Amino acid sequence: MLRIEDLHVEVDGKEVLAGVNLEVPAGQTCVLFGPNGSGKSTLLHTLMGFGQYKVTKGKVYFMGRDITDVPIDERARMGMGILLQRPPNIVGLQLRDLVKAAGDGHLDIDETAEALLMKRFLERDVNVGFSGGEIKRSELLQLSMQEPCFLLLDEPESGVDMESIDLVGKKIHDLLYDKKGCGWEKGNRSKSALVITHTGQILNYIDADCAYVIRGGQIMCKGRPRDILRDIQEKGYGECIKCRMVKF
Amino acid sequence: MPDGQVLRKRAEEALKVRGAYGKDYELDSYEAASSDRDRVESLEDIAADQRKTMTDVGVIPDSVGRSGSLIYVDNTVVHNTTADQGLELIPTHEAMEKYDWLEDYAWRAVQVDKDKYTARAYLENANGYFIRVKAGKKVEFPVQTCMMIDSNKRTQHTHNIIIVEEGASLDIITGCATSGHASESLHLGMSEIYVHENGSLNFSMIHNWGKETGVRPRTGVELGKNAKFVNNYVIMKPAGSVQSYPTCYLNGEGASAKFNSIALSHPGSEIDLGSQVVMNAPKTASEILSRSITLGGEMIARGRLVGNAQNIRAHLECRSLIMSETGRTLAIPELEAMYPDVEMTHEAAVGKIAREQVEYLMARGLDEDAAVGMIVRGFLEGSIRGLPESLREEIDEAVNMANLGN
Ligand SMILES: Nc1ncnc2c1ncn2[C@@H]1O[C@H](COP(=O)(O)OP(=O)(O)O)[C@@H](O)[C@H]1O
Ligand SMILES: [Mg+2]
Repeated sequence: MLRIEDLHVEVDGKEVLAGVNLEVPAGQTCVLFGPNGSGKSTLLHTLMGFGQYKVTKGKVYFMGRDITDVPIDERARMGMGILLQRPPNIVGLQLRDLVKAAGDGHLDIDETAEALLMKRFLERDVNVGFSGGEIKRSELLQLSMQEPCFLLLDEPESGVDMESIDLVGKKIHDLLYDKKGCGWEKGNRSKSALVITHTGQILNYIDADCAYVIRGGQIMCKGRPRDILRDIQEKGYGECIKCRMVKF
Repeated sequence: MPDGQVLRKRAEEALKVRGAYGKDYELDSYEAASSDRDRVESLEDIAADQRKTMTDVGVIPDSVGRSGSLIYVDNTVVHNTTADQGLELIPTHEAMEKYDWLEDYAWRAVQVDKDKYTARAYLENANGYFIRVKAGKKVEFPVQTCMMIDSNKRTQHTHNIIIVEEGASLDIITGCATSGHASESLHLGMSEIYVHENGSLNFSMIHNWGKETGVRPRTGVELGKNAKFVNNYVIMKPAGSVQSYPTCYLNGEGASAKFNSIALSHPGSEIDLGSQVVMNAPKTASEILSRSITLGGEMIARGRLVGNAQNIRAHLECRSLIMSETGRTLAIPELEAMYPDVEMTHEAAVGKIAREQVEYLMARGLDEDAAVGMIVRGFLEGSIRGLPESLREEIDEAVNMANLGN
């Protein structure tokens, strides 16, 4: 589905990713762990094609195609969809209009919004004055309409209160197991994903297949999500990375 | 009340007084456009090209959904009808003959000697529309008026008087336009608006001038106790030089005024839009919102709020986008307060469209043009509540036509 080879990325003239190698096989969900500032968001933004992120070396392949220089909207139309950690406010643009434009019209906007408790936000300006949890639900609403085959989720559980974590987790599960297939069904999961998580909470909902740890802009190790999470929780990032490095 | 002699003298003395803002026009080089055009009994009898010019600025030819229509071509009222009791919509000349008391209103909110443009309109004995809503009458459908210039290198001058009596309410939609061959003309539009106690008026304007047209409206508004006034001004098409700076006086306690302007300035256009609200009574409220974009022309947004009373609230917001390497934009917000017990704020922002917003929408599958268009539409009309549908359509169409994503 997605293959990243020796990816180097600069932001504002500073190298943030220094040779990332990573793969998400079709139909699989991989999680990405890493301390603050390690380059997790930078990696997801680069995969989506955002202009601030300059690829100085390396390649990104998506569905077998080199997309390193493909524009954002084309990536979206190829089936990529992103949940941003901090999406921008757009004053004057109603969420309903954005949600409508994101979909192809076959899903009912009000019903989809209702399921995410976002109906009363449809007439609000996009992200303006939204709380942490509301932002995640708004992002998920847009993704629900967009129906991507490959989801890039940046800390979907952070800032979400205990009550809505279940709602958010289940919705992400539903997005991954959506009936509308993408041609590579594995079991009953139809979508692939790369999910950034800090806490690992989201693992309770998504049954991830693989995990990576990033630090200092490089992938330090790869393994089974539960094992890696346990290592991080028990020993912290430093230890976890040391012990795994040899294996990778 | 100043009698005719006095007014005439004041106007004559002001004939050389330049406007406070905007490029100066030499009025002597323009002749007045015809005040003797044929009357049109039904809007549907209007010639096809003129009708197109009218409908482009939101005029509905069959008047369905309108409580009255008045069409002013050059300097002639060619058509006026009303379908509502309690609503009067007649030429200003006719009204002045009919009602002696109108002398108390004429040339009160707009001074004849403000500048050469007011002076000229007075000395030319400008006709125009008189609209009166009788006390207590809530007019259901909007009145539509159209000011069209149909001859080149001429001046159109109008003197409009709107009176909303106690407890009455009205919406007006005005379309102003020049027909294709009349681009180098001059529009001098005087409007005096009086809303009495508990009255309410929503006044919306769409403008579609020629690339060379000079536009010098002069508008004064007086509001009584608890009266409400909303002014929506939309100009999306190229124009020569538009300079407008209406002044609204909140004279009655609890009165409120809102001025919304939405403008695009195309290459070669000078668009200078301001609004001023003078708050003379306690517990009054006012808001000025301006959203503008320069596509290469000059764009000036002025706003001035004056607090002459206690316990008032006022807010002014000018936001402008620059979407061209050329062109210029200037925002001039001013607040003036005479009492400590006031809440007056302003915000001004000038900049380009945020790349981050465009990319966010592109990540949802919109191409760049569609993303920019959506953000620009939101920028222009999103923050302004209650904009009539015809104004929204005008904005949407202009955003599409201007191809702002490029
Ligand atoms: N727009 C930016 N300008 C400058 N530095 C940035 C920018 N975005 C990210 N960085 C830097 O890149 C590094 C990685 O950031 P990020 O990818 O957001 O980390 P993470 O998501 O893992 O917490 C940090 O040192 C951060 O300060
Ligand atoms: Mg991050």
